[in-house]
Amino acid sequence: MSEELLTVRNLVTHFYTYRGIVKALEGVDLTIGRREVVGLVGETGSGKSVTALSIMRLIEPPGKIISGEVIFDGKDLLKLSDEEIRSVRGKEISMIFQEPTLALNPVLTIGLQLQEAIETQDLRKEDAEKLATAMLEKVGLPDPERMFKNYPHELSGGMAQRAMIAMSLSMKPKLLIADEPTSSLDVTVQAQILDLMKKLVEEIGASVLYITHDLGVAAETCDKIAVMYTGYIVEFSDVLTMFENPLHPYTQGLLNAIPKLGYDLYTIGGEVPDLINPPSGCRFHPRCQEALDICSKVKPQITEVKKGHLVACHLFKY
Amino acid sequence: MGDGMFRNVKKQRFTDKWAEVHRYQIQDIKFTMYLWQKSRLSLVGSGIVVALIVVALLAPHLPLYDPFQLNVLNRLLPPSGEHLCGTDQLGRDILTRMIHGSRISLMIGAMVVAISSLIGLVLGLMSGYFGGKIDEAIMRLTDMFFAFPRLVLAMAVAAALGPGINNTMLAIAVVSWPIYARLARAGALQIKNEIYVEAAKSIGASNMRTLFLHILPMILHVIVVQATLDMGGVILEAAGLSFIGLGAQPPSPEWGLMVSEGRHYIHMNWWVSTLPGMAIVVTALGFNLLGDGLRDIFDVRARR
Repeated sequence: MSEELLTVRNLVTHFYTYRGIVKALEGVDLTIGRREVVGLVGETGSGKSVTALSIMRLIEPPGKIISGEVIFDGKDLLKLSDEEIRSVRGKEISMIFQEPTLALNPVLTIGLQLQEAIETQDLRKEDAEKLATAMLEKVGLPDPERMFKNYPHELSGGMAQRAMIAMSLSMKPKLLIADEPTSSLDVTVQAQILDLMKKLVEEIGASVLYITHDLGVAAETCDKIAVMYTGYIVEFSDVLTMFENPLHPYTQGLLNAIPKLGYDLYTIGGEVPDLINPPSGCRFHPRCQEALDICSKVKPQITEVKKGHLVACHLFKY
Repeated sequence: MGDGMFRNVKKQRFTDKWAEVHRYQIQDIKFTMYLWQKSRLSLVGSGIVVALIVVALLAPHLPLYDPFQLNVLNRLLPPSGEHLCGTDQLGRDILTRMIHGSRISLMIGAMVVAISSLIGLVLGLMSGYFGGKIDEAIMRLTDMFFAFPRLVLAMAVAAALGPGINNTMLAIAVVSWPIYARLARAGALQIKNEIYVEAAKSIGASNMRTLFLHILPMILHVIVVQATLDMGGVILEAAGLSFIGLGAQPPSPEWGLMVSEGRHYIHMNWWVSTLPGMAIVVTALGFNLLGDGLRDIFDVRARR
């Protein structure tokens, strides 16, 4: 067994729209070790969620995974048959979504959906029911027996997210993809949900790909952080290094843009480029203050500049 | 006596608990009833439809004449106390035949709507959910059906199959499924992008499971409304086919056939054609009003 649970190599996903080809992912490289929590941060539209969906192969037309490798536990997910990938979903990789109340089917009870999550993995009905109730209890929902019969609209956002966590962890997956699981919740609930996730994930020994645009949350929860910009990873390192010694100008900009009391808010100049006609070379060069000539011509490859610190930037090539 | 009281209290507690557990469903039903009452026309429609169904179910047990018994001496009698709707050219009681005819019309309506909505639902769901070539193929097929006037196509199919009630039903079902396919496709297209469908897939739900457990329930109300609205249309079409001789055959008391048979006498004996015609009108109207009412009741925006 290798140390890496998930290795994503050069993942390219495009969306074919009437306006043109949206190059949502342009060569994503990412590794997640066993029992590791990796944060994926970036602006809206940088391709965080598309990365997650591509890993699970949930990209629907007009989207298409063009090329790349997603090696999970020794097998390339992109080469599996539809039936095989379906047995990976839920059982080995599962996902939590941003809007918990929208991620639950409004016409089915919590219990039924939880049971469904378990039953899709060929368990006996009674076992599924027992496990479902146990999971509801585990995620700290009051009165699990009654919760079983409740409909999603009877739950608050926090409760719904707990139910979602119960659903996604019920089959003890090896990898949990959390797509901004706390963005729609208020701060106190956010902290509770984060604690709960941490506890349960440690208990079942899963790795986590934690997608967020909140650097504070990322710093608190993650072991490593990958910074994403317009479809690829620009910087990847452990949390401390990332916050103390960011190398990529974009990461530096992001960290500077965290509001501080008494200072004017720092903003990165320019705007997120159009992904149909992205800038040539390094996609950040039009906004970069340190851009060199080469930046507009050659796309920088992500390379290891220090041990465990990877950057995709021409400034650090040598 | 004390024991009985105790049992009552227990029963009371049980119903309280039941009400507590199902409080949202109860609220929902109450609200539905309220909306129903609010719309007069849908009440009228429901009244007509319910009355029709009751009469049709009870027809063999009602104190009526024999719908097939010829009585040439009493032919073409105007409405009177003895024959409320008069008699036809062969002396049969028209009210009796109309009531027996309601069984045929309702049966045709129900069967046709059931068959066509089932076909349309399955094809439409697949079309919207899978997209691509399947979608293209099914939708072009529906286009072909929409290109023809419905009744003309039904006539062609009925003529090809030969007369008879079963063939009438088949002919109408064949031409009326495309609308359900279109509706189901539109619904599936919308619902398949909902996050909970993605979530269901992310925990490993199969395509069939996603389609029938997560998507189907969300579009069922549209189909039910369309089916109710369609009932009136189907009954009209069946009557039309029978009128021109492609549907039910004599001596069946089918309404369209009755209108057709009475049209030779309409100058002198208006009731022979007119009263079965009225039955068709009222039935179609009843289903249309009910369908409209159901649409308002199911409307999510109205429910808020």
